[in-house]
Amino acid sequence: MRELLTGNYAIAEAVRLAKAQLIPAYPITPQTPIYEKLSEMEAQGTLPGIMVRVESEHSAMAMCISASLTGARVFTATSSQGLALMHEMLHYASGNRVPVVMGCVNRVLAVPWSFGSDQTDTLAQRDTGWMQFYCEDNQEAFDTVIQAYKISEIVMLPSMVIIDAFFSSHFIEPMEVPDQVAVDRFLPKAALPERFDIENPTFVSNVVTTGSQFMPFRKRGFDDMENAKTVIKKVDKEFEEHFGRRYGMVEAVQTEDAQLVLVTSGSMTSTARVAVDSLRNKGLKIGLLKIKTFRPFPSGEIKSALQGVAKVAVVDRNISLGNEGIFCQELKSSLYNSDIRPPVYGFIAGLDGLDVSPDTLEGIAMEVMGKDEPNDLPVWIGGS
Amino acid sequence: MENEKVIVDMMRSGHMACPGCGVVIAMRLVLRALGKKTVAVIIPSCSSIIASTYPNTSLKVPAFHGTFESAAPTAAGISYVLKLQGKDDISVVAFAGDGGTFDIGLQALSGTVDRNEHYIYVCLDNEAYMNTGIQASSATPECAWTITTPSGRPFRKKNIMEIVAAHRIPYAATASIGYPQDLMDKVKKARNIQGTKFLHILTPCATGWRMAEGLTVKAAMLSVETRLFPLYEVFDGRRYVITYEPQGFPIDEYLQMQGRYGHLTQDQIANMQTQIEVEWENLRNKVKDCQC
Ligand SMILES: Cc1ncc(C[n+]2csc(CCOP(=O)(O)OP(=O)(O)O)c2C)c(N)n1
Ligand code: SF4
Ligand SMILES: [Mg+2]
Repeated sequence: MRELLTGNYAIAEAVRLAKAQLIPAYPITPQTPIYEKLSEMEAQGTLPGIMVRVESEHSAMAMCISASLTGARVFTATSSQGLALMHEMLHYASGNRVPVVMGCVNRVLAVPWSFGSDQTDTLAQRDTGWMQFYCEDNQEAFDTVIQAYKISEIVMLPSMVIIDAFFSSHFIEPMEVPDQVAVDRFLPKAALPERFDIENPTFVSNVVTTGSQFMPFRKRGFDDMENAKTVIKKVDKEFEEHFGRRYGMVEAVQTEDAQLVLVTSGSMTSTARVAVDSLRNKGLKIGLLKIKTFRPFPSGEIKSALQGVAKVAVVDRNISLGNEGIFCQELKSSLYNSDIRPPVYGFIAGLDGLDVSPDTLEGIAMEVMGKDEPNDLPVWIGGS
Repeated sequence: MENEKVIVDMMRSGHMACPGCGVVIAMRLVLRALGKKTVAVIIPSCSSIIASTYPNTSLKVPAFHGTFESAAPTAAGISYVLKLQGKDDISVVAFAGDGGTFDIGLQALSGTVDRNEHYIYVCLDNEAYMNTGIQASSATPECAWTITTPSGRPFRKKNIMEIVAAHRIPYAATASIGYPQDLMDKVKKARNIQGTKFLHILTPCATGWRMAEGLTVKAAMLSVETRLFPLYEVFDGRRYVITYEPQGFPIDEYLQMQGRYGHLTQDQIANMQTQIEVEWENLRNKVKDCQC
């Protein structure tokens, strides 16, 4: 059915249709409408699962983990400070190999306190062993929640489905919401291992006492995260067969003949599409690379997309103090050992939801076209 | 049919506890009372080492090692899903130390009690952070030595039972490894009550209390008989029942057997005795008040 939904409501709809059985939740702007919408559904009797109004995000994730180990499909959502508070439990989820799916709405981390988008909250959780999917619009957010359950339940690692504060979380867009029968056909009822079996009692997550016990656990996680790339592609293709939409781990737009490729993620990509069209109309050979999957990092896809490209400009709505934008760092390091090594120009833009307009992005492209080599430090658009 | 006379332990021997460990006695009694149809949650504490050094486990029931501050929501999460799966006959029990209960896990415990989630919370109180090597917690008694309170803790022990009872929890009880039948009766009672149940068990710790290994059970009994740790139940946070009438021994012997109290002055001991009497009167008044 065609519907008008905000990104938050799109995620809530997807959670309902995915039949999440237990949803521990806690409010934080700008994610709160997901929690509120799910509560409304529960009150109306349309939510197949139960909600638990927990006392903190830390407890929300603790409950997600134990419920998942018991055999239930679970969901929670958070942003910013809430995600930071969960940090300990994020490692705990991936280490316990639970297929938890979490909605994350990017918001700046204090201080200063604010509410706008900044991906540093989720990117700071880069090393927690979660898959991370940055969504461009509300349709993609919906579709990615449905896909993420399938991916996570195969790989047995948790997933973050990530949207930008306000641009996605609160803006209404027309989108397609499939019916329950269609979703069930793609994503059957959860069939998770039930780890607490009275007849066959085992201890889940023991204390290991030596590195030779510990390292094989991490290595398996590493290997499975690597294999997740195949699973993500397969599930995306299957999704297309069912619903006619697919996204890829990355999406390359007019990169084949491009002299310069802009690299974006999240809602900024929609704006970049407009900027690239406009630059193309002016006769400039500019392409666009959207990075959707950040963990596992799609190095292979990025290399293929940047083959023969003269210059790359990464626009980051995040910053790692002491280095540069995080997508930029990751992209550079994935190219270093290959023969595809165009100069990479880093830009920091749009922190706290500062508007990154088509003009801003065109300006970035023109600046890079006119330069001979990148600076060591990223160029800040705004901020001084 | 279950034969009440045959003791079936849900814990194996050969675990990692120190000799003279009260925590392990308490775990054994709780699990014996609960029986096979139990899922246990353990968190970082002495009990986690006792239960779970890889690839072994001393537990004969399925169990999960959660994080330090999350015993309560971890147990509640399991309990919700067991209910969804129609496995209502399985009890979920969370074991947490005093640090995991009085301090870092208090917020999460309060949350689950507030929502009256269906599981049994067992606080194994050895009156300090023992697993990390005897640091003071808010369950460490006033004046008691720990490595982080070398001249004695300056604050009184937090009254966790009052805090829990203030939530109007369906069932809360103190229990002692010195009185195993009373302890197991309380566990069995808790198992059959809907909602959150809280058991506060004082578990003497030979290592941390600087006490001879053979004195663990005696220390537990003296803590009760001196009225320092009376045995009682609280129903719905209001109705108090004393389950064992203590003899009211003076506190001296209990203190003398523990090296952690070796530095106490006569004044401090007298003050402690007074405190015990005041608290005992308070408890008796609560029992009386709720009978009217
Ligand atoms: C968040 C967090 N902080 C600190 C620790 C370290 N830690 C592990 S066990 C422990 C002491 C536990 O004390 P208590 O709860 O009283 O149990 P006991 O060891 O005395 O049985 C501490 C501080 C941890 N595991 N997690
Ligand atoms: S330190 Fe104390 S509580 Fe911990 S195992 Fe040893 S005796 Fe038991
Ligand atoms: Mg302790």
